[in-house]
Amino acid sequence: MNNTINLVVDGRPIQGRPGQSILEAAQAAGIWIPRLCYSKGLVPHGSCRLCTVYVNGRPQSACTQPVAEGMFVEANSQRLLELRRDLVEMLLIDGNHFCMFCEKSGSCELQALAYRFGITAPRYPYLWPQRELDASHPDIFIDRNRCILCARCVRASRDVDGKHVFGFYGRGPGKRVAVNAHVRLADTDAAVTDKALEVCPVGALVPKHQGFTVPIGQRPFDQRPIGSDTQPEKAPKTR
Amino acid sequence: MAKPKIATTSLAGCFGCHMSILDIDERILELGQLVEFDKSPINDLKRFRGPVDVGLIEGGCCNEENVRVLQDFRRHCRVLVSLGDCAIMGGVPALRNMIPLKECLEEAFCHGVTLHNTNGRIPNDAEIPLLLDKVYPCHEVVKIDCFLPGCPPSADAIWEALLALLHGKPVELPYELIKYD
Ligand code: SF4
Ligand code: FES
Repeated sequence: MNNTINLVVDGRPIQGRPGQSILEAAQAAGIWIPRLCYSKGLVPHGSCRLCTVYVNGRPQSACTQPVAEGMFVEANSQRLLELRRDLVEMLLIDGNHFCMFCEKSGSCELQALAYRFGITAPRYPYLWPQRELDASHPDIFIDRNRCILCARCVRASRDVDGKHVFGFYGRGPGKRVAVNAHVRLADTDAAVTDKALEVCPVGALVPKHQGFTVPIGQRPFDQRPIGSDTQPEKAPKTR
Repeated sequence: MAKPKIATTSLAGCFGCHMSILDIDERILELGQLVEFDKSPINDLKRFRGPVDVGLIEGGCCNEENVRVLQDFRRHCRVLVSLGDCAIMGGVPALRNMIPLKECLEEAFCHGVTLHNTNGRIPNDAEIPLLLDKVYPCHEVVKIDCFLPGCPPSADAIWEALLALLHGKPVELPYELIKYD
């Protein structure tokens, strides 16, 4: 049986394996598709839609859509860049993101995508939602102001840590990340070594006592855009 | 040919962005050759003398006076730049945006633990500009033509952007110069 699937991504013929997602097959072939809720090793969630590509002209999330023989995929085009910029700009105004004093600044994936897309200011009005902070745990804090509801922590805690510490409650603009206790993170099994903390793409789930350890200029996204390891990117035109 | 004119102001900001303008080091001499400063804290000129080519705004709008100054800049400046995170998203002053104004004022003037305010009232003098309900980014008040994020934007980012704007070119900064911190 032939286990190779042939598809075309951005005009380049590439090969994938059965069951592999478009995102992972493209990555293996050196094509980087922007993503936020996807994290290597976790079951894909398909919620942020940043990885949206056109498959034979129809929008699909590349992190959940398996490769299929003869697919034509448009992964990084001007019109997709525009859509992805919109998504990132909406995330920036939807929470309360104060990059200037955030421990995660310089290694935050949301910020890094905004940099890669050349965003200098979101075009939507800021919403300033009310979000709760939980600093009850001795080694970890949750700042829901920065949470983008990617569910990486939910999946990592459930599938890797085997703890089910995190979940969601509420719907729409009222949706928040929850802990598996009456109120406080301190009353859960959460530990600072949990995978759940490591995978949070933003500064929402943060270890205490170790902020700002890497000097400015040497943080992961200070010099090179996110995704550069797979596919280098010239700085796009800012706007 | 007359030199192009620039003007600057600090609204609800900390003057850090103005410090970053000065941080262009010896290029400040070159800037002096290139431009003429109109209204700015750098020359302490309080009123516009006429139309200006580029206006740099530090800080967002936290009170009515900020709004008036910003509108005055919009009227006088051909190109208006939001300089720094406070102008772009409110910055640290905007931390109060998630708290109702009344609660903020009561915390500051009535209930604060280190407070000495014998009459327990919130100051209400005509001399004090009225606070807005929240801190607004400049582009939510007037049209802004160019955004330079950063807290503060680096001297290199300011210099590169100014050179481009003064020569009527689009501002296209390299990756390392667009930062939100
Ligand atoms: S806390 Fe972090 S990992 Fe969890 S949903 Fe929010 S942003 Fe995602
Ligand atoms: S990365 Fe695919 S939907 Fe979030």
